[in-house]
Amino acid sequence: MHDFEYCAPDSLKEAIGLMATHKSSARLLAGGTDLIVLMRARRKRPELVIDAKHIPELTELKINQEGLSIGASVSCRTIYENDQIAESYPALVDSTSLVGGIQVQGRASIGGNLCNAAPSADSIPTLMVLGAIANVVSDRGERQIPVEEFCVAPGQTVLEDDEILVNVTVPAPAANSGARFLRFIPRNEMDIAVANSAAYVELDETGKNFRSARIAIGAVAPTPLFVEDAGAALTGKPISEESILNAAVIARDAARPINDMRGTVEHRLQLVETLTKRVLNDAVKRAIGEKV
Amino acid sequence: MSKRSHITTTINNESVDFLCEPRQSLLEVLRDVLYLTGTKEGCNDGNCGACSVIMDGVLVDSCCVLGVEAEGSKIETVEGLSSKGELHPLQKAFLEQTGMQCGICTPGFLIAAKALIDKNPRPSEQEIRHWLAGNLCRCTGYDKLVRSVMTAAESMAEV
Repeated sequence: MHDFEYCAPDSLKEAIGLMATHKSSARLLAGGTDLIVLMRARRKRPELVIDAKHIPELTELKINQEGLSIGASVSCRTIYENDQIAESYPALVDSTSLVGGIQVQGRASIGGNLCNAAPSADSIPTLMVLGAIANVVSDRGERQIPVEEFCVAPGQTVLEDDEILVNVTVPAPAANSGARFLRFIPRNEMDIAVANSAAYVELDETGKNFRSARIAIGAVAPTPLFVEDAGAALTGKPISEESILNAAVIARDAARPINDMRGTVEHRLQLVETLTKRVLNDAVKRAIGEKV
Repeated sequence: MSKRSHITTTINNESVDFLCEPRQSLLEVLRDVLYLTGTKEGCNDGNCGACSVIMDGVLVDSCCVLGVEAEGSKIETVEGLSSKGELHPLQKAFLEQTGMQCGICTPGFLIAAKALIDKNPRPSEQEIRHWLAGNLCRCTGYDKLVRSVMTAAESMAEV
């Protein structure tokens, strides 16, 4: 690896000051499963690496009646091993338990997954459908960014050079709601999505109609894609094969996949439709209290 | 060159201090500074698990950890598995069941399997296969490895 300086601030204030001074020549280090690999490959060459794992605000996991707050450097394993998250936000368990293998999950963070902005990121579609907000800070102030507006291109986000992602906050799940994430890969683990899909649904009191829905898809566009129209098409509709297929087709039509070593355009379009149908069906099951 | 930092850790239950540059991975420190060469370098990018160590109770790839990040942490490597000249039940089972061929992945598998048994003393075959997905072996086809871990878990549960 190239030569760089390392520091491990133990306050957010100190980290904000360091980022204000060093800007693009500094990088925040959470789990290192992207940054260290990219530095070794000489694709990132920061002069200063700021360890984000000693900053209380970035390592805190809070869950209460208002919702969930996940510090940017909290590891995937900490998230999916949390019983309260498994109970109230099972779609986050779907996502975080799929990132790499056990070794990677022990280090890789949700903030890193978001800031790395891979089109195939496993946690981003789930955060999008759960209505997660990325809370960002710099010495110029704070910003709240909806996750669906966070990624702008492969590996690129709306973050300015001096900004720090502090945490992501997710509202408490509404009554009669459920969410699900699925991805397709040729093996069961340790792979990158050919396509993925996440859905959140809220049902009416009868449990027979959609009150609202949110759908997001991944690995089929330059960024994970929140498909507002696909979810909106379900508003007020009965839960049926027809309504679910219709939403899945809208999601597929929003996809702009490429051909690469992992899959073809045709395969990805088919996958995104199938996965969206499945996540919607599973989200409905979770909304009515069935285990998925 | 960036200044070397003085890092204090506990490795295999012994206090260990070392000097390292920020750019040295924990894997490089273990092998090249501390001469704990049991931990292997495979892919050096977090895919193969040959460099697996347990850091503060969490299984990690030491190639994806900076040496400087280890300050204050407790690390377990393959060298710490046997005690007083006695092989660990996992090591015995790997020998008896031929859970290895060329051997380069073996330390990583041993440490990953130890982390699994620490958490789940009687894992099922499926749980073992899922847990070991981050460790690659190009020789055995995995069956013998999985059987070795099952045998070790059984023998440890009997004690």
